[in-house]
Amino acid sequence: MTQLTETLTVWAPSGIQIAYLVAAACFIIGLKKMGSPVTARQGNVIGAIGMLLAVLATLIDRHILSYSMIGVGLVIGSVVGVWIAKAVAMTDMPQMVGLLNGLGGLASTLVASGEYWHTVSHGLPLSTTAVISIAASILVGNITFTGSMVAFAKLQGIMSGAPIRFALQQQLNIVLLVVWAIGSILVVINPADLAGFAGINVISLLLGVLFVIPIGGGDMPVVISLLNSLSGIAAGATGFVVMNNVLIISGALVGASGLILTQIMCKAMNRTLPSVLFSGFGTDGGAGTEAGSGTLNKTVRQIDPEECAMMLGYARSVVIVPGYGMAVAQAQHVVRELADTLERKGVEVRYAIHPVAGRMPGHMNVLLAEANVPYTQLCDMDDINPQFENTDVALVIGANDVVNPAARHDRQSPIYGMPILEVDRAKHTVVIKRGMSAGFSGVENELFYKEKTMMLFGSAKDAINRLVNEVKQL
Amino acid sequence: MTESLITAILIFTLASFTGFEIINKIPPTLHTPLMSGSNAISGICVIGAVLVAGGETGTTLSTVLGVVAIACAMVNVVGGFLVTDRMLQMFKKKES
Repeated sequence: MTQLTETLTVWAPSGIQIAYLVAAACFIIGLKKMGSPVTARQGNVIGAIGMLLAVLATLIDRHILSYSMIGVGLVIGSVVGVWIAKAVAMTDMPQMVGLLNGLGGLASTLVASGEYWHTVSHGLPLSTTAVISIAASILVGNITFTGSMVAFAKLQGIMSGAPIRFALQQQLNIVLLVVWAIGSILVVINPADLAGFAGINVISLLLGVLFVIPIGGGDMPVVISLLNSLSGIAAGATGFVVMNNVLIISGALVGASGLILTQIMCKAMNRTLPSVLFSGFGTDGGAGTEAGSGTLNKTVRQIDPEECAMMLGYARSVVIVPGYGMAVAQAQHVVRELADTLERKGVEVRYAIHPVAGRMPGHMNVLLAEANVPYTQLCDMDDINPQFENTDVALVIGANDVVNPAARHDRQSPIYGMPILEVDRAKHTVVIKRGMSAGFSGVENELFYKEKTMMLFGSAKDAINRLVNEVKQL
Repeated sequence: MTESLITAILIFTLASFTGFEIINKIPPTLHTPLMSGSNAISGICVIGAVLVAGGETGTTLSTVLGVVAIACAMVNVVGGFLVTDRMLQMFKKKES
């Protein structure tokens, strides 16, 4: 028996490290497989296996004495996790991702705080690098936590999605960052400085809130992917606190993947990350009013569902362009029904997806997948744009800025240079929209006044329901 | 300490490059599952939480912080992997 214990004491640490290595490999392979729709599900399972392995290996660590409390945490977390994963509606996925990002940040910051507390309360020394790691982990973790909670509240409709701005906002953020840095230095000099430690916690929590409140709904894809990246970086920083390689590796992987997504989102809006974070759309009334005054002599052509159904039913090819309006109206199922009805009449139907349509990266894809639309029918912007010229009808459902032709030619427009879906090149364009309001950018959409454009007013769901009925009667 | 710190920085840097390489060219269809799946992986800090909560030198407060961290991270891990799987099983190539 003693021999067995001895063997375990000798070999367990190496065993744990090897398990961590395997877990890290699982994460890398899993993420790699997430790059293709065919292997993605398998990749996710491989990632989960890696996680299970890492957790099991940690549980045999000889430094762990009390398992009951660990068990309580594991069970509560797992039960809640299973419940929300089953209960969440696909339309609520942006909030869900926001919430999960936040919990990841919170967990990281709690680990750093716990590590700090038990070292300090035992009067053990904390090295400078350890304190710096703890301070960094708390900064990133807390910003991820409160930032994600604000994003969650905005997406859930608990608070208004409109940007909240006030004078000297940037200056306040910079002052807070400087105070955080001073607080961190104080804790480095005297690790037992509890007031300083509490201070850097409070300031970083506040920074998270201030970082997300000025960002409006349409910029959410950027924020969500950036917070995703931060949740990884927070885990990586915590890895430096507890000096654990698998934490560092996983944190870096997630941080990198989130950054790539953030970059894709910024590129799809032709904006830089700082401009999204620090200078939102529609704050300078200039562009909006200017466009408004120019619309006086423009006319809008309306179309009724019957006429529109005829146009669609006798078209050869139809491209559906969904936007946030489809998500709000939860119209994905009727959209798919319309597409099915049209296909039965021999119309070729495809979907054109703009990378930033909706409130998170891939939002439209998830909704349409839920409605059983095969992903092979969903076309990326670069693939579909050259094909609009040969399209009979482009049907825009609740999308606005991402189809505004002003982005191509109007140098004055705030969205100038943003890559758009070129629906105006189709032979006809039908826009389903509730009214004539401007898009998220606050810019009026000149597409609505073009000769080939027809407006079908109404909520996406009602309008398409009526279209389905009309098309069936053709 | 310095040596292990440099090793840690090395690992972090190399893992970041690995991340950029393997996730490059992800199709837009998979943007959301990639986010929720990678988010589940960032729940790896459950390991740090377990070490803090069950550590032999733990105090009451550090144990409580550790247990709350375990719970949060597990919601992240379990919720993240499950919801990603739920999404991915909807992604079909053609109708059956």
